[in-house]
Amino acid sequence: MVNTNSGPGQPATAATRDLARRIRLHALKMTSRGGTAHIGSVFSMADLIAVLYGSVLRVDPRNPKWPERDRFILSKGHAGAGVYAALAERGFFEIERLEQHYANGSVLSGHVSHKGNPGVELSTGSLGHGLGIGCGMAYAGRLGGKAHRVFVVMSDGECDEGSNWEAIQFAGHHRLGRLTAVVDYNGIQSLKSTEETLGLEPFADKWRAFRWEVREVDGHDHDALVRALDVGADANAAPVCVLARTIKGKGVSFMENSVLWHYRSAKDAELEAALRELGAVR
Amino acid sequence: MRNAFIRQLMESAANDSRIVLVTGDLGFGVLDEFEKRFPRQFLNAGVAEQNMTAVATGMALEGHVVFTYSIGNFPTLRCLEQLRNDTFYHEANVKVVSVGGGFSYGQLGMSHHATEDLSIMRALPGVTVCAPGSAYETSVLVRELIERPGPAYLRLERSAPDFKDSAPPVCEFGKARLLREGRDCTLIASGGVVAEVVAAAEILKLSGVSCRVLSLHTLKPFDVEAVAAAAAETGGIVTIEENTISGGLGGAVAEACLELDSRPRFFRRLGIRDCYISVVGDQDYLRRAAGIDRESIAKSVAGLLP
Repeated sequence: MVNTNSGPGQPATAATRDLARRIRLHALKMTSRGGTAHIGSVFSMADLIAVLYGSVLRVDPRNPKWPERDRFILSKGHAGAGVYAALAERGFFEIERLEQHYANGSVLSGHVSHKGNPGVELSTGSLGHGLGIGCGMAYAGRLGGKAHRVFVVMSDGECDEGSNWEAIQFAGHHRLGRLTAVVDYNGIQSLKSTEETLGLEPFADKWRAFRWEVREVDGHDHDALVRALDVGADANAAPVCVLARTIKGKGVSFMENSVLWHYRSAKDAELEAALRELGAVR
Repeated sequence: MRNAFIRQLMESAANDSRIVLVTGDLGFGVLDEFEKRFPRQFLNAGVAEQNMTAVATGMALEGHVVFTYSIGNFPTLRCLEQLRNDTFYHEANVKVVSVGGGFSYGQLGMSHHATEDLSIMRALPGVTVCAPGSAYETSVLVRELIERPGPAYLRLERSAPDFKDSAPPVCEFGKARLLREGRDCTLIASGGVVAEVVAAAEILKLSGVSCRVLSLHTLKPFDVEAVAAAAAETGGIVTIEENTISGGLGGAVAEACLELDSRPRFFRRLGIRDCYISVVGDQDYLRRAAGIDRESIAKSVAGLLP
């Protein structure tokens, strides 16, 4: 009922890697069809999302509002195509629905939306909103003696937002042990690198200074991610920040580490080449 | 009003463990008893209104009835996008309470004048907007807001107004409350300034002018019937608000009248006319500066009568 694959703490199977590949394929087609931006941001976190939805999150596609479900918030809402793809793959809704992404009259907006989409906990899009709400969910969960965990996937550029540091301070102070922030640290934001824009380093130390436990990990290594995301046993422990080193555009060679693919969508020959690299059966 | 709010909240919280009070590090001496009696239902989110609102929203989505508490513009404008995108769009059961509507904290300066909040909150979909005019109305509306799921904004003033108010007439959520009957014109007010309006009606009565006085304590949902009736049954309408006249109570009344084809013979909005107040003064002084004290209201109304 809960995880399709391995449980928390167990080695990831080939299944989560294949799920990541399918998320990338779906998102590539969705953004290409809609002519929409942010494919690089989806590819960057595709492995994180695949490990979360394929192995870590306790969720039930047949009962999306299951009260004991783990709460998942995509704070970097612009990468919503990746979450829609994961939810479709997990059976929250039919895969055909993905074809409606960005289309007039559909419910699949470019930034992730909960309205009409089973499994989406929270609509986001403006950066710096998700973690604070995750704090409230974790605080309420502990108050009510509940065991569910709260996961918030954030972007690195999003950490420019002061609201995040309010939330980081809150969670550290209150030792929200069931809250986990996963930062997709690809080092590239809207115009340039994070280092050229507003340097985040020493990033891990900043989280530690705010009383978080930091786990630095290769954000494309599924086994490492499964280990890093083994969290939430103690409701009163320090919250965990998984600082996932990623590559923007990961999975398609010509999209990797490029600001351009924050905006561009693949067409024609580019699309063909990207599909080939992702092993699409044509 | 502030004390009526906290008294009512304590009474309700004692019987409803869903209720949580989250403060943005304000309420010295006011919230102590609540914290002592209901430690599990009290949270100080620190001087961090964006996160206070986000935490409140997260808790509400988990089933709590959350009151966020601060003063002036801090629980509204400082975290407006959290309110819009998170609280209101997700229909989270958060009641935003600002103590210090209008010029409650007059001498503290313009940062502490909450003088556009009614217009701004009214413009946002999915939120109930209340500005009670007395301690009695405050108690009734707090109970109503707890009963009604969904986001709300409650604008309070620090001190109680200087008119004795109790039922009858009964305060009914969503309905304008008829405080005085009259035929020559209708004075419609929201918030604590209603005390000045009642006093203005008394002054006008001395010169034979009969004013209907409505306390429009619920701005949203808006009681269009009461406004239409005022336009049809009395000589004209004057709105009074301790708020900018752009888009607040006066705007709402004007919109309703025109759309209902129920045009009053005369109509004026009294309030702050598109400016920030930089002169120092207490609430009474600044009301006079804005022309919404009892004498100024009476004078304005007298000048409009045929």
